[in-house]
Amino acid sequence: MRLTGADIFAEVLVEQGVDTLFGYPGGAVLNLYDALYKYSGKLRHIMTAHEQGAAHAADGYARATGRTGVVLATSGPGATNLVTGIATAYMDSVPMVAITGNVGTTLIGRDSFQEVYIAGITMPITKHNFVVRHVEELADILRDAFCIAQTGRKGPVLVDIPKDVTSAKTEFIPKPLVHPVYETRLEKSQLARAAEMINTSKRPFLYIGGGVAASGAGEELRALARKAEIPIAYTMMAAGVMDYGDPLNLGLIGMHGCRTTNKAVNEADLVLAVGTRFSDRVALNGEQFAHQASILQIDIDPSEVNKNVTVDHSLVGDVRQTLQQLLPLVDEAKHPAWMEQVRAWQAQDYRPKDDADRLRPHQVIGKICELAGPEALYVTDVGQHQMWATQYIRHVKPRSFLTSGGLGTMGFGYGAALGAAVAAEGKRPVIHITGDGSFHMNLNEACTAVSYRLPVVTVIFNNQVLGMVRQWQAAFYGKRYSSTDPHRQTDYVKVAEGFGAKGYRCATLDEFSSAFAEALKAEGPVWIECLIDKDEKVLPMIPAGGSIEDMILE
Amino acid sequence: MPREVLSILVDNHSGVLTRVASLFGRRGFNIDSLTVSATDDPEISRITIVVHDDAKVLEQIIKQTARLEETREIFPLNAAHSLLRELLLVKVAADEANRSAIREIASIYKAKIIDLSIGSMVMELTGEPEKIDGFLDVLSPYEILEMCRTGITALERGGIQRHD
Repeated sequence: MRLTGADIFAEVLVEQGVDTLFGYPGGAVLNLYDALYKYSGKLRHIMTAHEQGAAHAADGYARATGRTGVVLATSGPGATNLVTGIATAYMDSVPMVAITGNVGTTLIGRDSFQEVYIAGITMPITKHNFVVRHVEELADILRDAFCIAQTGRKGPVLVDIPKDVTSAKTEFIPKPLVHPVYETRLEKSQLARAAEMINTSKRPFLYIGGGVAASGAGEELRALARKAEIPIAYTMMAAGVMDYGDPLNLGLIGMHGCRTTNKAVNEADLVLAVGTRFSDRVALNGEQFAHQASILQIDIDPSEVNKNVTVDHSLVGDVRQTLQQLLPLVDEAKHPAWMEQVRAWQAQDYRPKDDADRLRPHQVIGKICELAGPEALYVTDVGQHQMWATQYIRHVKPRSFLTSGGLGTMGFGYGAALGAAVAAEGKRPVIHITGDGSFHMNLNEACTAVSYRLPVVTVIFNNQVLGMVRQWQAAFYGKRYSSTDPHRQTDYVKVAEGFGAKGYRCATLDEFSSAFAEALKAEGPVWIECLIDKDEKVLPMIPAGGSIEDMILE
Repeated sequence: MPREVLSILVDNHSGVLTRVASLFGRRGFNIDSLTVSATDDPEISRITIVVHDDAKVLEQIIKQTARLEETREIFPLNAAHSLLRELLLVKVAADEANRSAIREIASIYKAKIIDLSIGSMVMELTGEPEKIDGFLDVLSPYEILEMCRTGITALERGGIQRHD
């Protein structure tokens, strides 16, 4: 059948199993939006307040579901507004297809109205990108985009479509959806060497990252940990892979990780790094990291091997498939002396003190977990609240803690929470934990949550300051609080009302409990402002480039 | 640090050079020289890059470049088993007094004289980069008005074929 480029765009989305996309209309995408009008029975479009919010929403949707998030924006500023969202997804290997309109092919390169070279701009922050020059290429390029986004190490792909390509017609041949298959190919000798390293280790240690969640390898990982009795530390991107309360789960590792995990990685004789990339927030000092240990790395991306830390052996492959092949070769083992040592460290881990008179972050988060239950989907922004959420949420499910890890994007939260709420379909509570700094960045998306009646419960840790930057200023800049105390006078309850949402303000845990219980019942967005002391810190903390010896505990 | 010559076979798409160059820029890899050329297959181009880096950086250059969707293959060329060539064009100030001396140097290096004017001479030389360096060294007492080197282009010796 002969179809316009715009109809082909809609047909391929449907063919690829897309039923929801996020975006914002504009001149260059009028034809695409006209197709969405026609295909509205098959494709649900969520219009946000700003393209950045749409990009984060597609990202949040993808993180929560494992499906590819789709975002659509017009040319020029529409496209550039996606950039932070695409970079956020790229750094955390989130599968996303971003589609931008562009001016017509005859206007390209002439500084036409709302023209930018978005393919050039996004080259370093996408897995790949395409400019569609002819309508005949459109269907296969879109198919390739979905395939690339989901194959191997996942990530965002951008497809830029000039306006005349969306109106031109060509023959469209439907194709069945082909799920990308990744086949892990490992030599027996490579697996045997890895197993040998595990089987001869006296003090093994698992350090797991987002790749474990992306590969859906939680079960295999737990099986390995149990079989060979290996304690586990997780990075922020792997929160929820191991259950809170699992005795082998030692907790978060890295800059704001607990003492035990950071101590254990230093004392271990074998570190198994699985689906993780030794970022500078974990391997704070690449030379010192795991300095007594042999390192065995499992990752799907060969370029991650020996990038930040030199490893002794690596298995390049899908984490799940690799662990499945490795498991039969691993001996059942117990490491009583090592585990005893680990337990002794755990007894000394930092624990914040409760306070009956004021709201403390760990108590608020404890209350959230208690009331929201194990099904909750958590989303955060970036800053102190993000670290408190990582540390104190009782993570029990993978894909249930959506946070900007690699890029550290303040303002990620509200958009991502929209995507999470769309994915949750009202079946799971969506809790967005933010700070007053991050919330101000993209609170405009509250209008979207109101329009679509998305029950996002936002908890704002309001300490009146940019707490994380201020904490660094306190520790390393002689308490010179440059531009971290903005003296904002925002009335969060009134702002909520203005948007058509509901706002609460709490100064005590009792007030918070009743507000949060109310919020969970609401059918639209709610936010709760929690008044927090401006000197609350994220503890423990290892300074950038430091080691466990430099850990700050107060 | 040793010189490494990398041969990259890429899809012959517009923008592919930008992608490779952008990657090198973003990751902080320095390029000594870069050439792009057609191959026997119209769908494939060959990028030849010369870098000076330690083994660790070289490993990253190869792996990161391999990660690009349009990279078909990347491999280091072993100097002993490869043919490296570079083209030089050099314009030297030359008058009646020194013309024949320069001509003699050109003849020793088998450089071609491709342009001659009252005050200058343009020579062309193809060869291994070391030979070009040597030629320029010998010419250094003379006044070089302009020069241009293409950068290295290279192939492996023998019957290897790197793509179908």
